[in-house]
Parts: sequence; structure tokens; C-alpha cells
Amino acid sequence: MQDGLLAQAGQRDSPIRPASIRLTIAPPSSWVDLNLRELWQYRELLYFFVWRDLKIRYKQTAIGAAWAVLQPFLTMVVFSLFFGRLARIPSGGLPYPIFYYSALLPWTYFAGALQNATNAMVEDERVITKVYFPRLFLPLAAVVSGLVDLAIGFVVFLGMLLYYGITPGKASFLLPFFLALAVLTALGVGLWLSALNAVYRDVRYVLPFLIQFWLFASPVAYPSSLVPERWRGLYGLNPMAGVIEGFRWALAGHGEPSALLLSASFVGVLLFAAGGIAYFQKMEGIIADVI
Amino acid sequence: MSEIAIRAEKLGKRYHIGERQRYLTLRDVLTNAAKSPLRLFRGTTAEASNHSERHIWALKDVSFEVREGEVVGIIGRNGAGKSTLLKILARVTKPTEGLAEIHGRLGSLLEVGTGFHPELTGRENVYLSGAVLGMKNREIARKFDEILAFAEVEEFVDTPLKRYSSGMQMRLAFAVAAHLEPEILLVDEVLAVGDNEFQKKCLGKMDQVSCGGRTVLFVSHNMGAITRLCHRSLWLDSGRITRIGPSDEVLAEYQARYLLTRAEWVRPQADHSTKEFRFLSVQLQNNDSQTASLFATNEPVYVEIRYDVTRSLSACQIGVRVCCSDGNVVFTTSDADHAEVSALPKNSGCYRARFAIPSGLLRPGTYYLTLGAHMPCRSVYDLLEEAVVFEVSAVGSLTSLDGRLGVVAPLIPWETCKEQEAICG
Repeated sequence: MQDGLLAQAGQRDSPIRPASIRLTIAPPSSWVDLNLRELWQYRELLYFFVWRDLKIRYKQTAIGAAWAVLQPFLTMVVFSLFFGRLARIPSGGLPYPIFYYSALLPWTYFAGALQNATNAMVEDERVITKVYFPRLFLPLAAVVSGLVDLAIGFVVFLGMLLYYGITPGKASFLLPFFLALAVLTALGVGLWLSALNAVYRDVRYVLPFLIQFWLFASPVAYPSSLVPERWRGLYGLNPMAGVIEGFRWALAGHGEPSALLLSASFVGVLLFAAGGIAYFQKMEGIIADVI
Repeated sequence: MSEIAIRAEKLGKRYHIGERQRYLTLRDVLTNAAKSPLRLFRGTTAEASNHSERHIWALKDVSFEVREGEVVGIIGRNGAGKSTLLKILARVTKPTEGLAEIHGRLGSLLEVGTGFHPELTGRENVYLSGAVLGMKNREIARKFDEILAFAEVEEFVDTPLKRYSSGMQMRLAFAVAAHLEPEILLVDEVLAVGDNEFQKKCLGKMDQVSCGGRTVLFVSHNMGAITRLCHRSLWLDSGRITRIGPSDEVLAEYQARYLLTRAEWVRPQADHSTKEFRFLSVQLQNNDSQTASLFATNEPVYVEIRYDVTRSLSACQIGVRVCCSDGNVVFTTSDADHAEVSALPKNSGCYRARFAIPSGLLRPGTYYLTLGAHMPCRSVYDLLEEAVVFEVSAVGSLTSLDGRLGVVAPLIPWETCKEQEAICG
């Protein structure tokens, strides 16, 4: 009579298919286990999330993707006027527009990616509470989709280089490295904040301040050479310091950043990313219950 | 003997009451920390002991097995833990204790339109929702035309979803869901969408799914759908399994316990009151004059009332009030409705009165009949509150469960014809 019936558990002799797809559901463990194989299995979904972010971002806007250019460009104009012409910040011989735009490219990307990543979990609350997928993809997609805006902004930068007759040096080959650093920083911090935001909505009010403070803690409006030598290691722990100096160096050939600053930034990125992933993994199990 | 698809062992899920509020704010945490700064460092153990009484078990000791190809219904009242169970199996949330094993590719439909975005077009949403529900890109592309045809929205494929009517959105959402092909499917009450025509289509699709050798776990309040689709049913009550077994047995027991229907009321023998008017009995009957308390929406409900008048009354009106389970009065009817006066004189003697609540009027739900005999604006002779209780369900067809608003769901015939073009101008 038990055949084909829903039997009370306890008969352990029931045959089990030899592990084709087998899944065990258990209470959250305290261990951080980043399931890379699962991320790989779900990779198409990441693509879809990125694609959705891009589709939605400029829907029902009048000038659409032009915003991707306008934001850094207008900030560049303001910075060039006030920090450059008025405050006479040393730019190492670079024209102010180039000096500022090369820094604002990674900075605008970082600020935007951080903001989108932070809101990613909350905005997709309904999906999170209804279906399973690696939650990591939501902030990750926000960070990845920001790269498209960066690319658009980059095209404008190439035009500016042409206009000012500047040829980037050999350092430009290091650009992908600095870009990866920027992505990892945005992801690491974004993971922290998105998980925190799911539990404490205060994050959403803190974020604008955080981004503003971070802007001044990064060499966007000024070169890092203004920071006293002995503080530069500590200063470099902010990974965006390394990223921005790196971008300036790679794109406009402006002063090679010190090895100390770069290695400090590298350590900073590792700390942020590892911490972000660990915290996010820890929260992942309970997010659907508290969001 | 087929193999095991799902095995749950002593699954339990505990929610802190505090967690159920909308969300915490940092202020709450900070004030708590200020009150007892040490707690922050002591961590969760102190927290747990402090609030041990402030949590509920949404699910406790739930153990069962589902074999490959079985279609199992999950029933229970609101808050019994049905959705929590599905959420745990779907991996949306983790259990607090216990273990579950899933053997096979699992898909879950806990909501219609998961992943839909109003700004995207129909086409884009099909791809997005499909991907979120676990379909591969190639799979969606292959089924795309079929999905559109099923949803009947072919001509709006490039229109943003926000311009769709809610019916169209529902249809598209279900169409995507219906084309999922996992080995194990978890479904939570998503059948009740769309108009009648579309519901039939959905049911057909569900039949197909359940015959296709797939394992399905199906949560529903719709007893008709459960009987029809599920071989076995699991009845949850306050987070625990009350019974598992063949659907008809479990459903019969469940209905006997909970639906609390009362097809008949008879005045107790011991009652020897010598009032001038007494209700003797009230009985609900179906089309075949059988006593019944469960009716389908397309069946009339016959009410038979017997009463006894010991002294001639110059004016006596018998009224019946039909209330739904939330206490609202659906309508009131009386035996004098068709007379020219509000109440009729009644000579002494025994009476039998009968009327029918027409078919296709009441929505699915539970209804209570309250009976009264009175002289209008004067005195109440006899009053029977909630004398009989009956259930109207959408058994067999899934009609009128489409979420439309209204206290009643009357079937009203419409006449529509095309106006002459000359008139329209």
C-alpha cells in the first residue's frame, strides 16, 4: 500500500537515484561557502540581470544614455572651474579637463555601481522572496552593468585626448588591472551595503553621505601627491585612491603612483572584497525572512 | 516502485516575532545596544534567551516523502505553514532545523509573474521571468511562440508590460510558468488567474503537467482542484502535519473538521418553550433534495424551514439573512417579499417554507444563515443566529475565482452587438 504513496519519512531503505541532481536543504551554517559551481550553473541569469539593468536604466528618459556622459562631463566642468581655475590645484601639467575627467570616469562608475548595488536587494525584494537563485547576482549585476556607462564615458574621453593632443603611454596597458580593482571595490562594498540595506533601511539615507565623504577621501579633486608622504600608505588603503591614480596614470600619463599607494590599495581591495563576500554569504540565508 | 523525489525530515522553521515587522532600523539596534551594551558582544545566545517567548514555529517536525511522478496537494488554513514549507523546499528561505533532500531539477511557482518588470516589453519579460524561474536562454527561445500563443498576447509582444491590462499580465505570467519543465514543480495557488476560458486552459495544462510524470507539490485552497489533480494530500495545521494520505480521505476529514458546515438545524427535543412561534428545523438541500452543506457555484442552494405557530398572529414575517464568513450581510430575503404587505397573518399550525438561493450568485466561500420571525417594527417572535452554515466552492470548474471584486458573483448574461456604422458617425 505504500507504493507510490506519500509515506511518512523514516523508511531509510527507499531507493535514491544515484546523485544526478541532488540537493540538500539544511539550516544555515556558520561557514562561509561560496559555491562557485552553482554560480557557474546560474551564469545565464547574471547575464539577464545585467541586461535588465541596462534596459531599464534609461527607459522613459528624454536623452537616454547621454546621461552616462553628462554626469562625469558636467562634474568635470565644475571641478575644472572651481578646483582648477580658482583653487589652482596642481595637475602635474595636465590640462584640467583631462586631469579631472580621467579621475571622474572611475569615480562616477564607482559611485553609481555602489548606489545600484546597495539598492539591488531591496528593489528585487519580490523576486528574492519567491524564487531561489544565487543572491550574489543582484549586486554583482549592478556592478557589471555600470561598466557600460563607463565605456560610453570612455569614448568621450578618447575624443578629449585627441582634442588636447595627448597620447597615453605604455601604462595604458595596465588600465584593465585598475578597472578590475574598481569593479572589485564596488562589488566588495556593494555586497556589504546591499545586505545591510536589506535589514536596515537606514543605509539608503547614509549612502549619499558615504559617497560624498569617499569622494573627498579619494584623489579625484586633487592629486594624491598633496597627501603627506607618511600618510600615503594609510591613505592608499582606500582602494579608490589606487584606482583613480592608476586611471590618471594609464589614461593621461600623469605621474606614476607610488608603489606604496598601489600595494596599500591592493590590500584594501582584498579586505573589502573578502569581507563583503563573507558578510553577504552570512546574510544570504536570512535575507528572505527579514527583507 | 518509483524513486524518491523529495524527502523532508523533521523540518522546522522558527520566526522571531520581531523579524516579522516590516524592517528593523538602525535606531532600534542602537537603542537596544545602549540599554544593554554587553548584548552586542554576547551575540545571539543572549538574544535568544531574552526573547525565548517571542518567536513562533511556522513549521515544526514536518517529515514526509514524495515519490517521483506524484502530485501532492498541501492543504490547511491560512497560517498553517503551507507557504513556508514550499519556500523552504524552493530554497527561498532556510529551515531552522531539520533536513530536506531534493532529487531532480526543481522549479517553483510561488507567485504569478516572478521577475516581471513593468518597464520592459512582453518579449523581454518572457525572457527575464523565464530566466528567473530557471529556464535556459535556448529553452525560452524555443518555447517563445508557444508561450505567446498560450497567453494570447501575440500582437502586444513589443508593448511595455505596464500598458497591459492586469488580465493580460496574468495570462502572460502564467504562460511563462506553465512552460517550465522541471522534474519537480512547487506551485502555490497560482491557478486562480484570468477569465474562465483561460482558467480552463490552465487547468488543462496542469493536467498535462501532472500526467507527464512530473513530481508536483501543489498548495491550494481550491478543494476542487486538489481533488482533481492530486493523488495524495498533506494537511498542515499550525506548522505540523495533521494527516497525509489519499486526497479524498484527507479532504473529507479536513472538510469535516474545518469547514464547520452545518446542513441542518433541528430544535432540541428538550426544548418545550410555549412561545407563540417556534422554528422547528432548517435544512439545506441540493438539486436532488438531499441534505447538503457543500455546494458548487453553479448549484442552487435550497433552504427548507419548518415552524410552528401556536397562537394566530396578525402579522408575521419570516426573514433569512445570508452572511459571509467575515460577517457582512450578502442579502436578506423574506417570505413576504412578493406580497403587498410587509408581513402576512398566520393562523396556528405547522408550516413548511422553501426557497432557493439561485445558482451563479454567491462567490466561493462560507455562508451563514440567520433566521428570524417577527412582526415588523414591533416584536421578534423567534431568532436563530447562524443556524446553518454552508460552503460554496468552485468544485470542478474554476469559475468566478478570478479575483474580481464584489460581494456576490452573479452570472449575468450580456448582449453585445455591433452598432451600425452610420449611427456611430
